[in-house]
Amino acid sequence: MDITTLTVHELQEKLESKEITICQITKAYVERIEQKEKEVQAFVTTLCKEAQERAKQIEEKVENGQITSKFAGIPIGIKDNICTKGVKTTCSSKMLENFVAPYDATVVEKLKEENLISLGKLNMDEFAMGGSTEYSAFHVTRNPWNLSKVPGGSSGGSAAAVAANLVPWALGSDTGGSIRQPASFCGVVGLKPTYGLVSRYGLVAFASSLDQIGPITKDVEDAALLLNIITGHDEKDTTSENREKVDYTNCLKKEVKNLKIGIPKEFFGEGMNEQVKEKLQQAMQTYREMGAEVEEFSLDIANYSLATYYIIACAEASSNLGRYDGIRYGYRTKNFTNLKDLYRNSRSEAFGPEVKRRIILGTYVLSSGYYDAYYKKAQQVRTLVKKEFEKAFEKYDILLTPTSPSVAFEIGTKSNNPLEMYLADICTVSVNIAGLPGISIPCGVDSEGMPVGMQLIGPRFGEEVILNAAYAYEQKIKFREQYQAEFKGGVC
Amino acid sequence: MAKEDYEVVIGLEVHAELSTKTKIFCSCPTTFGAEPNTQVCPVCMAMPGALPVLNETVVEYAIKAGLATNCEIAGNCKNDRKNYFYPDLPKSYQISQFDKPLCEHGYVEIAVEEEQKKKIGITRIHIEEDAGKLNHNEFGGGSLVDLNRAGVPLIEIVSEPDMRSSKEAEAYLRKIKSILEYIEVSDCKMEEGSLRADVNVSVRRKGMQEYGTRTEMKNMNSFRSIIRAIEYEAERQIEVLEKGGTIEQETLRWDDVSGKTFSMRDKEDAQDYRYFPDPDLVAIRLSKEYIEKIQNNLPELPESRRVRYMQEFGLSKKDSNLLTASKYLSNLFEEAQSICHNAKAVANWLLSDVSRILNEKEIEADKIPFTAEHLAKMIMLIDKGTISSAIGKKVLEELFENPKDPEEIIKEKGWIQISDEGAIKEVVNRILEANPQSIADFKAGKDRALGFLVGQAMKETKGKANPQMLNKMFLEELNK
Repeated sequence: MDITTLTVHELQEKLESKEITICQITKAYVERIEQKEKEVQAFVTTLCKEAQERAKQIEEKVENGQITSKFAGIPIGIKDNICTKGVKTTCSSKMLENFVAPYDATVVEKLKEENLISLGKLNMDEFAMGGSTEYSAFHVTRNPWNLSKVPGGSSGGSAAAVAANLVPWALGSDTGGSIRQPASFCGVVGLKPTYGLVSRYGLVAFASSLDQIGPITKDVEDAALLLNIITGHDEKDTTSENREKVDYTNCLKKEVKNLKIGIPKEFFGEGMNEQVKEKLQQAMQTYREMGAEVEEFSLDIANYSLATYYIIACAEASSNLGRYDGIRYGYRTKNFTNLKDLYRNSRSEAFGPEVKRRIILGTYVLSSGYYDAYYKKAQQVRTLVKKEFEKAFEKYDILLTPTSPSVAFEIGTKSNNPLEMYLADICTVSVNIAGLPGISIPCGVDSEGMPVGMQLIGPRFGEEVILNAAYAYEQKIKFREQYQAEFKGGVC
Repeated sequence: MAKEDYEVVIGLEVHAELSTKTKIFCSCPTTFGAEPNTQVCPVCMAMPGALPVLNETVVEYAIKAGLATNCEIAGNCKNDRKNYFYPDLPKSYQISQFDKPLCEHGYVEIAVEEEQKKKIGITRIHIEEDAGKLNHNEFGGGSLVDLNRAGVPLIEIVSEPDMRSSKEAEAYLRKIKSILEYIEVSDCKMEEGSLRADVNVSVRRKGMQEYGTRTEMKNMNSFRSIIRAIEYEAERQIEVLEKGGTIEQETLRWDDVSGKTFSMRDKEDAQDYRYFPDPDLVAIRLSKEYIEKIQNNLPELPESRRVRYMQEFGLSKKDSNLLTASKYLSNLFEEAQSICHNAKAVANWLLSDVSRILNEKEIEADKIPFTAEHLAKMIMLIDKGTISSAIGKKVLEELFENPKDPEEIIKEKGWIQISDEGAIKEVVNRILEANPQSIADFKAGKDRALGFLVGQAMKETKGKANPQMLNKMFLEELNK
């Protein structure tokens, strides 16, 4: 038995029945990382030694009854824009290359309360800006299905690590698709929760009104389990909602009879890869066979989402990233004689091209004279997008779309064409704009064996509906039993 | 044209630090004067990932200030980010309020000359956070940032350009200070920077409708420099205009030593703050009930105290005005009178001798070193005849230098009044013997002579003789 191929709920069963021990689990992952990480390069920081020590302590405490958490000793990987006390949080940027946060993000505190074990911090596009993890200042992460392809992004390290069995599950963050798109590219499950369901305290801000932390897992049940751990109101984040705690595993029923599924046809428009389209149509057919009602409809406003998204996200980013000024922490240029040069050179030398592009764009849309035409207009469109989704959910329980118009692309083919890269976010951004929950699950592979992702969108706080629909589908097609990442093009 | 043909137009933006226990967006203390960077946390240091949480007391205090200055309170408002780079601003944006302030459309009444009331409009009051502080060259060159003050809550009170002289500006600022002290939302210590003002000055020819171009002097923190700066700047602008020049809209630096303003060469148009709503904070929504509750619990304001002083204690309008101008003085008055039950005497002492000494020492009323009890006891000693009011003045001087129980002071100094009939008679006889001319004058009908004789006797006893007894005995002797 290879421990690292198991899901978390399978690990829990085997721990329960004493088939395996906590230390065995951690050891299996450490060995896997030692063996495969050089091919995938999913991590920025690995904590192999620390994890094994932690496993020993936790195992002892579980044995003598001091710890009762069902998640005690389960390893996890954390995207490197989530603050971890005492461990570097780099955002894959030269700016924070040596930054160690003095505090834990709220979600990290929650992981610690359950005695999970961190295996390390996972690579990403710099400050979560990008869709391929090629914009990491440190190294490109590779797609475990085919090492010449990107894992997607910005949570590319998280998705690749889960797909390559380097971690059983991971935390990512999603501002415009950064959990769902890499999950889709890497053939794993990625859930972006409703805005306000998970505390953002300690998540290094990219676009505050869009960012959400969420799980990237091997299957839907694990996504529900990890969501159980990380949700909840946080006094330190006033945008987090105060709602009653829900056990998200209770909704997983394999049952979608009479579920009304809307297919917004705008999500299948120009630029859609034919094979992706075909897989999605097969998925619709599967749902129909399972008794769901599948119907196409029009969500006009979706066409304006991408522009709206880039205006709002960049505007907020331009302000959020102002704090990296070389004064208190982070990179400081050696090359300055006055304050202006200190700012200018620190930021010029330490930010990568995509981050700069977005800061410039955001500064522009907020500047006086342009504010009304761009930022204000974008906020108005945002309200319309929300309303149109609300209208759609009066009629449908969930919406079904592709996660991305394509499968994972070759490394280096898009990184010099920002517009094409932005267009790849077309299916995911409107979900963030409207603050809705969205999940990506695999629905097959293309002719080259690359996974195709399907996105299910729910109404605000409709996590249970999309989790159940995803679970029912997953149990039906059993993707994981048919396909596994093969490390094509690898040395082995 | 002459200077008299011009009118000066002044508007003030007053920044007051609120006296909440904790900062506006985190739970760090706001105490003044702590070791640098000891009252900080990830939030006010702008660590990556940290988020602000609005302190509700800040909103409550700002509403109090708004209600006390007759403002309308917005039921619905928000926080905005004001973006600019400076090392004392750790997030590189200040959380403030842009287009929807908490309070709007208020006014206060000022009186420069007695009986001449004037309304000064309040455009808006909004909440925002203070920045940190730069320490230049304190530790061997370079500048170091102290973030203790970063995130201390401020209200900014923006006036209409309704003031027409430095005197009016001073009266307005005193009024604002007094109101904030009364409602206990700010300690208004100008020397600690907890109350400071940006002063906008322009001039125009009398009778003109349009305002002239204004200049702004930022961060002024004493009444004296504000008055001087306004007067200097108005004169400078008139001079420029008289010479055919134009005024440039700019920010000036007032230099207290040279008594001049200097251009900061920082064109205002160049700064684009890129205001936008802070996405980290939810909108502020206030119910009518909440605002009403604050209104009903507002402490007594100077206006109503003034009326009460006239009715309850029979004080003059002028005295009531002067006493209530400073909450500290007013409280001192109330406390002292409740001990000695002689409101008029307390008012007289505070407004004459105490005010004179404050002026001489150039200090504000809140720096009075003695307590209300000290003052009340001194007045009771006079009322009982233990000391004369002449000695009272000396006791007061002593209270400023070395505040303690007035009874102890007069014992130590040997200032107890002579009220012994035999001793007084002895003095009276001695003075009469030495001044036969005065006796003659008195008998010739010159009443002034009595005053002279009493004065001589006081001099002889170094002010310790009981003046009433002296009067009585001199009269008895002269009328014999």
